Amino acid sequence: MAQKTVLFKHLEQPEIHRLDVYRDAGGYGALRTAVNDLAPAEVTQMVKDSGLRGRGGAGFPTGMKWSFLPKEYDTSYLVCNADESEPGAFKDRELMERNPHQLIEGCLLAAYAIRARHAFIYVRGEYLAIKELLDAAIEQARQAGLVGERIFGKDWGCEVSVYRGAGAYICGEESAMLDSLEGFRGFPRLRPPFPAVRGLYGKPTVVNNVETLANVPHIVANGAEWFKSTGTEKSPGTKICSISGPVNRPGNYELEMGTPFRYLLEDCAGGMAGGKSLKAYIPGGASAPMLPGDCQDVGIDFESYPAAGSTMGSASFILFPEDCCIVFAQLRISEFFSHESCGKCTPCREGSRWLRQMVERIEEGGGREEDLPILLDVTDNMVGKCFCALGDFATSNIVASIRHFRHEYEQHIRERRCPFRPHPAAEPLLQIAGVA
Amino acid sequence: MTRVLSDEAVAAIQAERGRYPDPRSALLPALHIAQNEVGWCSADAIEDVAAVMELPTSDVEEVVSFYTMFYEDRVGSYVMEVCKTVPCAILGADQIIGHIADRLGISPGGTTPDGMFTLLRVECLAACHRAPVMQVNSRYYENLTPERVDQLLDLMRRQAELRRGQAREAPLPPLIGRVEAV
Ligand SMILES: Cc1cc2nc3c(=O)[nH]c(=O)nc-3n(C[C@H](O)[C@H](O)[C@H](O)COP(=O)(O)O)c2cc1C
Ligand code: FES
Repeated sequence: MAQKTVLFKHLEQPEIHRLDVYRDAGGYGALRTAVNDLAPAEVTQMVKDSGLRGRGGAGFPTGMKWSFLPKEYDTSYLVCNADESEPGAFKDRELMERNPHQLIEGCLLAAYAIRARHAFIYVRGEYLAIKELLDAAIEQARQAGLVGERIFGKDWGCEVSVYRGAGAYICGEESAMLDSLEGFRGFPRLRPPFPAVRGLYGKPTVVNNVETLANVPHIVANGAEWFKSTGTEKSPGTKICSISGPVNRPGNYELEMGTPFRYLLEDCAGGMAGGKSLKAYIPGGASAPMLPGDCQDVGIDFESYPAAGSTMGSASFILFPEDCCIVFAQLRISEFFSHESCGKCTPCREGSRWLRQMVERIEEGGGREEDLPILLDVTDNMVGKCFCALGDFATSNIVASIRHFRHEYEQHIRERRCPFRPHPAAEPLLQIAGVA
Repeated sequence: MTRVLSDEAVAAIQAERGRYPDPRSALLPALHIAQNEVGWCSADAIEDVAAVMELPTSDVEEVVSFYTMFYEDRVGSYVMEVCKTVPCAILGADQIIGHIADRLGISPGGTTPDGMFTLLRVECLAACHRAPVMQVNSRYYENLTPERVDQLLDLMRRQAELRRGQAREAPLPPLIGRVEAV
């Protein structure tokens, strides 16, 4: 189990973003095969057989999602989730920047499988440059007859549009994304009905993450068995892992599923910078519970992290060094969720704000002994009671940081100050900025 | 007759309306177009967008106030949005924010009196591997240090004249370019 290049072809072929280079490397061959030789249901079956699971965080089986569409319908849509707003995540960005045609081919294959004639790629608002790059790549593909009417001369055709959000984490939640795409505030929708039945413009819709869709051309080209030969039984394939924090080589690394975290940290990222030790890390972006730094033998896959008390999520690893204040880190996490709560439901809107205010008070030295049980009580009243998963996400690190680093909270409360101040990198300019 | 949007902007919004099964989908693109031209989502800009989109003004206002990238207040010509989320925070984001605030003599959220710079603290920009990070007018500047920030501020000031009257999202002049990873 180690590094393996499937999606990151640009590491071997830096020019792969060009249509001619992509095609010379076999690109759009899977689409040609599918459109010429396979029925849409056969493409879905292949993806089902491959065991591909969604890379957006939840790990839902992709082929199964595609087969949830009703038997009969006149119009359907494919939506690619390129919102990538989870703190710590920056993998979809590289997939799009370095190899846009891989994603476009994946979108077309998925659209073909569900007989959609319009695919949307929803990019976060900050990805202006990526939108421009994708627009250009789509235009090239159109000139080559790969996008638009009558692809490969067949009856089926598909339009691909890039839609730019405008700064809202909640729009990464698939039903909120659909509202946003329709030109509204991005509020999550009540389910059922699920998007597969009533999605974009009320039509059957599949929403998939960028990395999920980027895998599809490889599965169609090489077969389900080939895909299953990599990774673990329940998490086949590779995973792009984003690693950030004070490591020597932060970045994205494509690893075979099941590879231990230690390999990512030591062999890929070159270990901790400056010889510091690892105090804690988050494996799946800010919404995934943090783990103590010594949990390094956990395999990077959908099963191992839940067993270790967290989730793999989008495999966005955030590392905290020995001199990092966990309460300060938690404050920034709580600020994020409080800012990003969409406000639709009360437990999330009010709860995320209370959590932030209490952690802020503790970090600033005004914490009280009874604050910790109150924090946990607030999380109890949020988990499973919010309209969408954002509410749960807002609680996960409160619970995990108190579980693993209760002594740091207690020290803040006892000493009536943050024992880590000045924070190594964060101060002393805090005051000047009017932030503290 | 629109008040602040140019004919080109109106035409661009009309074209967007034709690209979606439901023209309402063009609202976010329309607001990007309007803000790019006007600089922020002013009441006049919102009314213009509402007129072209054939929507009530209140519908447009509701959407503007939901998304953080649509500015409800006037901003400077250069909007410096510095990420303060956890990976950037443990690698010196607050130092960068403090440095910019110090140099410009403003607090986060503020705009310089000459209307040139606005400083904002924002959430994760999906470039955590190149922390600390900021966007200036929707372009990335990464691996920031106080020295790099000074260089950028200098270059922006010098180039501001050339940019006068240009769209906000036009790439910064080549002299500034992208701050590459070290
Ligand atoms: C608050 C919230 C934010 C989310 N953000 C993202 C995101 O940025 N990108 C993403 O692919 N999925 C995100 N998801 C998951 C999506 O709702 C959805 O499960 C996913 O796009 C499905 O694609 P997949 O099956 O290919 O993983 C988010 C979910 C929630 C609840
Ligand atoms: S935390 Fe700053 S870019 Fe992600």
